[in-house]
Amino acid sequence: MASVCFYFQVHQPFRLRHYTIFDSETNYFDEYKNAQVCRKVAGKCYLPTNRLMLDLIRRHEGRFKVAYSITGVVLEQFQEYAPEVLASFQELAETGCVEFLGETYYHSLSFLFSPKEFAAQIAAHKKTVRKLFGQTPRVFRNTELVYNNALAETIERIGGFDAILAEGADHILGWRSPNFVYRPPTARRLKLLLKNYRLSDDIAFRFSNRGWREWPLQAEKFAQWVNAVNGNGYTVNLFVDYETFGEHQWEDTGIFEFLRHLPDEILKNPDNDFKTPCEVAKAYEPMDVVDVPHLVSWADTERDLSAWLGNPMQHNAIQELYNLEGQVKAAGDPDLLGCWRKLQTSDHFYYMCTKWFADGDVHKYFNPYDSPYDSYINFMNVLDHLRSRCVTEAPPRHGSRLAAAGA
Amino acid sequence: MNIKTLMLGWEFPPYISGGLGTACYGLTKAMGRLGMEVTFLLPRMGPVRLAGNPEMVLESGLPHIRLRPVPSSLLPYGRFGNPHSAQAAVPAETRRLEELAGGPAPYGPNICEEVHRYALRVMKIAETEEFNVIHAHDWMTFPAGVALAAQSGKPLVVQIHSTEFDRSGEHVNQYVYDIERHGMHAAAKVITVSHYTRNIVVNRYAVPPEKVEVIYNGIDFCGGNAAPPPASSARGDKVVLFLGRITMQKGPEYFLYAAKRVLEKERNVKFVMAGDGDRLYGTIDLAAWLGIGHKVFFTRFLRGADVDRAYRMADLYVMPSVSEPFGIAPLEALRHNVPVLISKSSGIAETFQNALKVDFWDINEMANKIVAVLRHPPLQETLRTNGRKEALRFRWEDSAARVSEVYHRVLNVA
Repeated sequence: MASVCFYFQVHQPFRLRHYTIFDSETNYFDEYKNAQVCRKVAGKCYLPTNRLMLDLIRRHEGRFKVAYSITGVVLEQFQEYAPEVLASFQELAETGCVEFLGETYYHSLSFLFSPKEFAAQIAAHKKTVRKLFGQTPRVFRNTELVYNNALAETIERIGGFDAILAEGADHILGWRSPNFVYRPPTARRLKLLLKNYRLSDDIAFRFSNRGWREWPLQAEKFAQWVNAVNGNGYTVNLFVDYETFGEHQWEDTGIFEFLRHLPDEILKNPDNDFKTPCEVAKAYEPMDVVDVPHLVSWADTERDLSAWLGNPMQHNAIQELYNLEGQVKAAGDPDLLGCWRKLQTSDHFYYMCTKWFADGDVHKYFNPYDSPYDSYINFMNVLDHLRSRCVTEAPPRHGSRLAAAGA
Repeated sequence: MNIKTLMLGWEFPPYISGGLGTACYGLTKAMGRLGMEVTFLLPRMGPVRLAGNPEMVLESGLPHIRLRPVPSSLLPYGRFGNPHSAQAAVPAETRRLEELAGGPAPYGPNICEEVHRYALRVMKIAETEEFNVIHAHDWMTFPAGVALAAQSGKPLVVQIHSTEFDRSGEHVNQYVYDIERHGMHAAAKVITVSHYTRNIVVNRYAVPPEKVEVIYNGIDFCGGNAAPPPASSARGDKVVLFLGRITMQKGPEYFLYAAKRVLEKERNVKFVMAGDGDRLYGTIDLAAWLGIGHKVFFTRFLRGADVDRAYRMADLYVMPSVSEPFGIAPLEALRHNVPVLISKSSGIAETFQNALKVDFWDINEMANKIVAVLRHPPLQETLRTNGRKEALRFRWEDSAARVSEVYHRVLNVA
């Protein structure tokens, strides 16, 4: 038996506008650009891919299933700039063949800096998913698939989740295969699903690479690779950015045709099926314990945190941001708190990455700034202004009860 | 085939007044290290102090390089260089006449004659030289290069370190422009120090694009200037450095306008302007007029150890140039461990990543970035370490190797 388990990441950050040390307005975010990107990606990716998914789900009558993890910040932007995208996700939710995963509302790295904030953002995301899609997430994925033993422990303590996702990196698996269900060392019932990065990256990164010896990749060939797992694995976890379809891999690469034929090809083998992460966790028992004392992520070749926390600017910016937590919460201003949280989105730190001489092209493509230095300066200017607001807005003595309630 | 180059260049140490001299020296030295044979003709003012024969070849102390002086009063920047020596030499009356004639006359009234005289002397010296290629650097040497090429039948390569548009904006000196254009068209190949300059050469001088090669400058990283900067917190005021000729091209007034805005946000900062030029006094006036005279320090032209000291004091180097064909100075700053903020209107900005970049006219943004560097040590640190690492990759040997390729192409040999 080989189950194909698709999970797609859907996310767009609130990009900052150009903000200098001389600015003093409180609208930190670039509405124009955010709307523009949101609509562009909606047209190229979200809408056509959702339509295709809906087609496939209907055609296969319950045998084709997928999962999404959609961040709170992108859901806000859909509501604001592209309500038709939200409607199409809701339509998918109604089929009963789509699972929604839980994550931090703000696509943040809060797990590393503030346990309190981390829990609050998971709760906020859960609430939003329940409200918009009528289901409660049972599987957790952390921002950028950042994971270690401590995360599994924290998630189990927070409760409500059956499984957690992580990168199936070689250095945590060793000789073992990502195609089984595993267990974190301290978990009582939480299961660990690991990404099959080879097959995932074949779709996400290599699909259009003409220098790749498997190019052009067709559904039939890919299904053969999945069939090969039969007998030495239960599940093939394909975790990819949703923007792969139509945005990272343009339509003319044939990515939509690939997707259109994939379920047919996979289901040709009666031993194969599609399962959502929750179903995989339910269906299979853990094969082994996977010990991950150090942080892993799904980024770049290093699979570590160096894309977000690789240089002094990134460390400084994120430290300064979380240093403000107490003050922001004490101020008791929901707008201020919202801005502070939107600044936690990991993309802001990704833009400050300076290792783009090697991993370059991917980083550059997603970067609205000319240089990582510009992005740091801009972020710090916004943060500086936010800090000044905390000072002026912090209620003196008799307002402290209100502030405590707000925090 | 062993190519012998006759190089019409500028300035050898210790008489280096700016980028052109630095580039000629750095490139030629590296060519020597690669085993390329170069005879370097060097304009020298006044008598060349050598015992015996004045025609004697100077010892250059470099392998494969022979240095020969050409008696001439030409200076690489004309009167742009030093407001004292050059300008004072011109009688007030002459200056007034020039001004009446319209626009600045930075090169002095006798420049045509001097360029011509230089060409004649070069022709004379070349009679005793053996060479396959003529390589001329910037316009004052072009008439000599063109004449020599015509007479000898050897191919001419001209290298453009700056154009009249860089130096004078839109108010170009027609005489200079004509010489530049003639030189570029007569040459077999034109080397520019950046794509930025290549565009000017193609668009403003109508040189066929396929004839123009871009060869970036390099930097000499030898020498013990790698001393880590002292902790800035221990020194009180932060220092922002401008180091270069104080001329229209270098944008000194934008530096001052930005300084004024910086001072609105940061009090403990000083601005140091090191250099001379025809805008020096105007710039001093402007600092006073902006009310920041007490925060701006003019050191005049620095050399040797004083340059090192200026860099050692600095927290940030700013190059606000209006038009900079390449820009060796930021690389020099990084060699001294000083992070840099550079104008986007420069050759270096098109190829260098680890620098802050601004439009020279965007005063607010320039001030914004200066303040950021002064306030955030992690920014300064990252710019410094990554910038230095990147600057190390600009090697004169690589430039020299590309020059060798260009020679081979014009000589049609593999």
